[in-house]
Amino acid sequence: MKLNEMTILGLRKLLDKREVTVREVVDDVYGRIDSVEDRVKAFITITREEAYKNTERAQEAIDSGRASLLTGIPIAIKDNMCTKGILTTCASQILHNFVPPYESTVTGKLRGQDCVLVGKTNLDEFAMGSSTENSSFHTTRNPWNLDCVPGGSSGGSVAAVAAGECIAAVGSDTGGSIRQPASLCGIVGLKPTYGRVSRYGLVAFASSLDQIGPITKDVADAAAMMNVIAGHDPLDSTSAPVASPDFMAALGRDIKGLRIGIPREYFIEGMDQDVEKSVRDAIKKLEDLGARAVEVSLPHTQYAIATYYILATSEASSNLARYDGVKYGLREPAKDLIDMYMNTRAKGFGAEVKRRIMLGTYALSSGYYDAYYKKGQQVRTLIKNDFDSAFRDVDVIVTPTAPTGAFRIGEKATDPLQMYLSDIFTISVNLAGVPGISVPCGFTREGLPVGLQIIGKHFGEETILQAAHAFEQSTEWHLRRPSL
Amino acid sequence: MKLSNDEVIHISRLSRLALSGDDTGLYATQLSSIIEYVELLNNLDTTSIEPTSHIIPLDNVMVEDIPGKSLPREDALRNAPDSNGRFYRVPKIIE
Repeated sequence: MKLNEMTILGLRKLLDKREVTVREVVDDVYGRIDSVEDRVKAFITITREEAYKNTERAQEAIDSGRASLLTGIPIAIKDNMCTKGILTTCASQILHNFVPPYESTVTGKLRGQDCVLVGKTNLDEFAMGSSTENSSFHTTRNPWNLDCVPGGSSGGSVAAVAAGECIAAVGSDTGGSIRQPASLCGIVGLKPTYGRVSRYGLVAFASSLDQIGPITKDVADAAAMMNVIAGHDPLDSTSAPVASPDFMAALGRDIKGLRIGIPREYFIEGMDQDVEKSVRDAIKKLEDLGARAVEVSLPHTQYAIATYYILATSEASSNLARYDGVKYGLREPAKDLIDMYMNTRAKGFGAEVKRRIMLGTYALSSGYYDAYYKKGQQVRTLIKNDFDSAFRDVDVIVTPTAPTGAFRIGEKATDPLQMYLSDIFTISVNLAGVPGISVPCGFTREGLPVGLQIIGKHFGEETILQAAHAFEQSTEWHLRRPSL
Repeated sequence: MKLSNDEVIHISRLSRLALSGDDTGLYATQLSSIIEYVELLNNLDTTSIEPTSHIIPLDNVMVEDIPGKSLPREDALRNAPDSNGRFYRVPKIIE
């Protein structure tokens, strides 16, 4: 097995026992990038020079017994997290030349352990999309079928991990942007509880929904990564002042007696047969392992997408007001200030971003606030109450992560609403602020991966990791790799 | 509700986004279909429901008012499209 195909914890052992060097690991990663990246197109910026520079420091740390969990491990970072001194574009022309003067908390934690930063990965512009087709640079491809999308918006991070172009990655998830691509590319993606991980330095899309999380080859790596990135941060006033547990302690515990809720609203007529079969088989497997499946109801599920597209676009219209051609990024000259704003933003933003800014502006505009924004916040309460009440009876909730396998590039690009519907199973989780993980649970007849979503209570990451790990260890889906 | 071209132009001005003539009609169609879809929420009676703006119970977060380290001016200005070395420079605002 090539070193780039390994997991964080697998490499950790080899590095600490000095059976391999950081240099050898990094060589294999960039060797892989050289052979597949022109087809996968996972990255916006490849930081090879910086990576090799860090190789020595990481090796020194290991040699002197100061290694941390991620020391010497090649990690990719979604290009919406600020990395000091390294281009951070959000896949937008409006930030095409932005080099942050400060470091996000999460990337600071990763780089502080002397991980090897492989590069900054592609995304839908400002994380707005479900296919990575909305990047203003290029479309990332699904390593399982290069004619298909990897999902989005963290499509670059996910494709890089699935293709073996890095060992693990971080992404952000506002409505499914970690879990849905992880499902479509056959790997593991975790969206933590809102507030569990600092958002400081994550370029804001919808501040009440955004959350950073790990994208890994297996569940143990996701737990390991959580141990590094979770925790309260005084620089993010919305980060939760709660202690972080040892997430890895959840691994290996059996799930006898665990109550798993199956929401009836998620198994609807017309859903993709291959997805349904894989997920039903997965539930059977969890029952074989001792879990008890119980039907639950999340009655406001059908309102989740509408609620999300009011709240997320309203927050986005406000957050993206900062791109005005004054402090950073693109400026389009004009005779006066207002025209400079209007031309800069017209040229710098892509179609989907403009659509969402306008939708959010409309929802917040005078006379419509109560009908849209306030209404959305009220329905958000109902959706949150659905989860609260379901979690009185069960420990976790299990659903498909995405309604279908990966779709073809271009298939949904012209119909925004159709694209929004691909997040139907992930969006409620962000609205309720609870954690969710996607683990591989099968393949469609076309050979495309299917993901199982396991949802937990607020700050219940340990329980979903426990369930996901038990499932994964009794199956072999996570060991399959695309042939590229 | 269907948005007219004039309404789209109004929203684009509020959004500080210049639109070309062709875009206006396309956005009117696309935004209208999304707005029609979100009006699904009108099926729900939410009269007595409290709105949720923040999902985790969290009180106001206060910090001591102590000056900390701030970004050096040259770092803050480095990304500016135009500056005079001390300030951001923008087109004339007042005639």
